[in-house]
Amino acid sequence: MSEKTATREAYGKALVEFAKTYDFVVLDADLAEATKTGMFKKEYPDRFFDCGIAEGNMISVAAGLAAAGKTVFASSFAMFAAGRAFEQVRNSVGYPHLNVKIGATHAGITVGEDGATHQCLEDIALMRTIPGMTVVCPSDAIEARAAVEAAIKTYGPFYLRFGRFAVENVNDRPDYRFELGKGVLMRDGTDVTIIATGIMVGIALEAAKLLENENISAKVINIHTIKPIDREIIIKAAKQTGAIVTAEEHNIIGGLGSAVAEVVCENCPVPVLRVGIEDRFGQSGAVLPLLNEYGLTVENIVAKAKLAKKLSKS
Amino acid sequence: MDKIKIDELQQTANKIRLGVIKSVHAAKSGHPGGSLSIADILAYLYFEEMNVYPSDPKCDKRDRLVLSKGHTAPALYSALALKGFFPFEELETLRKAGSRLQGHPDMKGTPGVDMSTGSLGMGISAACGMALAAKIDRKDYRVYTILGDGESEEGQVWEACMFAAHYKLDNLCVILDYNKLQIDGPVAEVIGPAPFEDKFAAFGFEVMTIDGHDFEQIEAAFKKARETKGKPFAIIADTVKGKGVSYMENQVKWHGAAPNDEQYEIALSELSPKN
Repeated sequence: MSEKTATREAYGKALVEFAKTYDFVVLDADLAEATKTGMFKKEYPDRFFDCGIAEGNMISVAAGLAAAGKTVFASSFAMFAAGRAFEQVRNSVGYPHLNVKIGATHAGITVGEDGATHQCLEDIALMRTIPGMTVVCPSDAIEARAAVEAAIKTYGPFYLRFGRFAVENVNDRPDYRFELGKGVLMRDGTDVTIIATGIMVGIALEAAKLLENENISAKVINIHTIKPIDREIIIKAAKQTGAIVTAEEHNIIGGLGSAVAEVVCENCPVPVLRVGIEDRFGQSGAVLPLLNEYGLTVENIVAKAKLAKKLSKS
Repeated sequence: MDKIKIDELQQTANKIRLGVIKSVHAAKSGHPGGSLSIADILAYLYFEEMNVYPSDPKCDKRDRLVLSKGHTAPALYSALALKGFFPFEELETLRKAGSRLQGHPDMKGTPGVDMSTGSLGMGISAACGMALAAKIDRKDYRVYTILGDGESEEGQVWEACMFAAHYKLDNLCVILDYNKLQIDGPVAEVIGPAPFEDKFAAFGFEVMTIDGHDFEQIEAAFKKARETKGKPFAIIADTVKGKGVSYMENQVKWHGAAPNDEQYEIALSELSPKN
């Protein structure tokens, strides 16, 4: 069993690591301890600016800094960065296509005990509708670090989606390479494709193992970059397996499942079944019971994979 | 300030107003009232106060202006055209498909526009970001932002003010265009954001109230803003919405309406230089 790390932890560490090489500043809105930008604040106090509990202002300040030539990370919880400050992200950052990297932590249901008001299940949908916005949802700490570096090296607005909950590494292999906009084939298969993002990648891999026990060969693709999405890998998988299941820690409306369905139905229509939050608000609870309650489970992916395969043949 | 300088600035402001009327008339839509109220301030900013470089609009050492009340873009475009950023004739393309002159300022498309604005309350925050960038980079450019009185009803304006004072952005100058009217009626009747002096002072600004159409007072305010150290500066500019066009002055309905041909001719005759 490999070590468990929350992607927000990896984000904080990456900011500190890359600060030595790259010139950027970091903003937060009174959540530096939780978002882990506090690590950067400690090491680089002159490059860190707390904006207080005023996320709208923070995003527009970030835009102003970027308009004056700075590379800027702006952090808060996903709910407040993508939700509360949506219009600032759209109009101050997106429209002028400024070099602002939104480091949004505590995305999804795995926020846990804080409950519905803090569990952002809409951020991928909101952010991917902004023209020119790159949306990345890393699956583990290794990918989170790589995504931060890619964001620094690539001009333009980014939405980086990190989680609170510690997850096992799924990319711990010597040949791992992060390429923005490229899906990663995690496991090959011929009967059905599971396309997952974020913490659901690890769960999808477990589901594929269970399916193998039942003689169903599942391909698993990790889509870390939800926008621009890797059309090629999705179309190829649809053609090869004829059935797709998507898995995300997000509302099934507007997120990865929708993005995949858009590509599939325009290019090679095959059944696409979506695992995700089924248009509900979250609630308080420990992470594992919540994942069960909302169907973000190995069992649900397995069941949907079998159904997709069946639909594909009928 | 000598009389010749005042005359020159008045003529420039008049030309800005002419550009506003011409462009809004050609567009058949737009926001003349709040554009006319800031014409004198823009004339002073672009022709006296700010270091800008029309042949190198993105020059790093330039002073920046963020028109937080972005709907009054016609006044900004008119000032930029007069300054030489683009031809004055281009003003008549305002709001038309394919034009560089969007209904609200677009920093990517229009030479001389420093920030995309239009959604109220965001521009002042962006101006704070620019002023902070100057501090971080130890550069001495200054950042100006023009705020509407109605706009100040947006909570983000005060978030930005808190930020500006906290980070001691003494290179930031906020100009509040206090023309006292907004879409739904007199500002005081809609929600009543006054008193502005007390609010800005409480938020940590050095504040000065002036007649926003008096160049000697405008000059004194910008001079005091430059001399103020350790805190941001706010100029409360007492102005007349629609200033310079008799039938538009202090009339709510000219917030966002274009003159018809007949009204246009009257405005032109009122604004044309008299000898």
